[in-house]
Amino acid sequence: MTIVDEERADALFHALADRTRRDILRRVLAGEHSVSALAASYDMSFAAVQKHVAVLERASLLTKRRHGREQLASGEVSAVRSVASLLGELEQVWRARIARIDELITTDVPDQED
Amino acid sequence: MPVTDVTHDVDSLTLTITAQFAAPVERIWEVYADPRQLEKVWGPPSHPATVVEHDLRPGGQMKYFMTSPEGDKYAGYWKITAVDAPRSFTFADGFADADLNPNPDMPVSTNVYTFSENDGGTRAVYHSTYESAEGLQQVLDMGVVEGASSAINQIDDLVASTPAG
Repeated sequence: MTIVDEERADALFHALADRTRRDILRRVLAGEHSVSALAASYDMSFAAVQKHVAVLERASLLTKRRHGREQLASGEVSAVRSVASLLGELEQVWRARIARIDELITTDVPDQED
Repeated sequence: MPVTDVTHDVDSLTLTITAQFAAPVERIWEVYADPRQLEKVWGPPSHPATVVEHDLRPGGQMKYFMTSPEGDKYAGYWKITAVDAPRSFTFADGFADADLNPNPDMPVSTNVYTFSENDGGTRAVYHSTYESAEGLQQVLDMGVVEGASSAINQIDDLVASTPAG
């Protein structure tokens, strides 16, 4: 990795290391939210929520645009991931489930007597 | 490895996985019909699932939550639309809020599970379709739900795919 990549990784991990920021990210990935609507969802000040949004923005996980007096935030992860890689990740989830089913049925103590 | 085939259809946002299990169809059906068994296989070991409602009949629902190592809870539901025991069932799979009510803002996938006798065991076909790439993305971004590994891969991918500078 280059130094720029490392810096980007630092920003990403820092951004994702906080529960409120992960929650904000989930909301903005579901659709555009105004920063004031986000702020209303948490038991913290508008300024504190705005700071969290800024951290996500610096990590390029979120973008903001202005609409009148409002700042609207939306999630950005889609910009860098292809549908093919998404299906690949989903496949991993499924493979893990199938492995657990296989484990469950093979740990049955079979009655061999019938 | 029980997985015998995987098909990704990028256009229809569909994932189809075929697995072969060394057990009769009825035994595999039981995994889904018995909530205590279902919760053993649905969530990863790091995020065990708890099934709180389970009615595997058309119109019935399955409601569950997973608990993270930090104690966070992630809830979801199945809305069952068709059942042909022990051969197949069809359901919508979505996320729920803290009170286990379906969250309409989150994506829903359509799933068909089919089990048939094959080679002395069971062939299981898992067919899962998402309405939009964004929806599929959101599900995966709940990576926390499925354990850390996919979230970590996502971050690596993100870092790797971002043009330097």
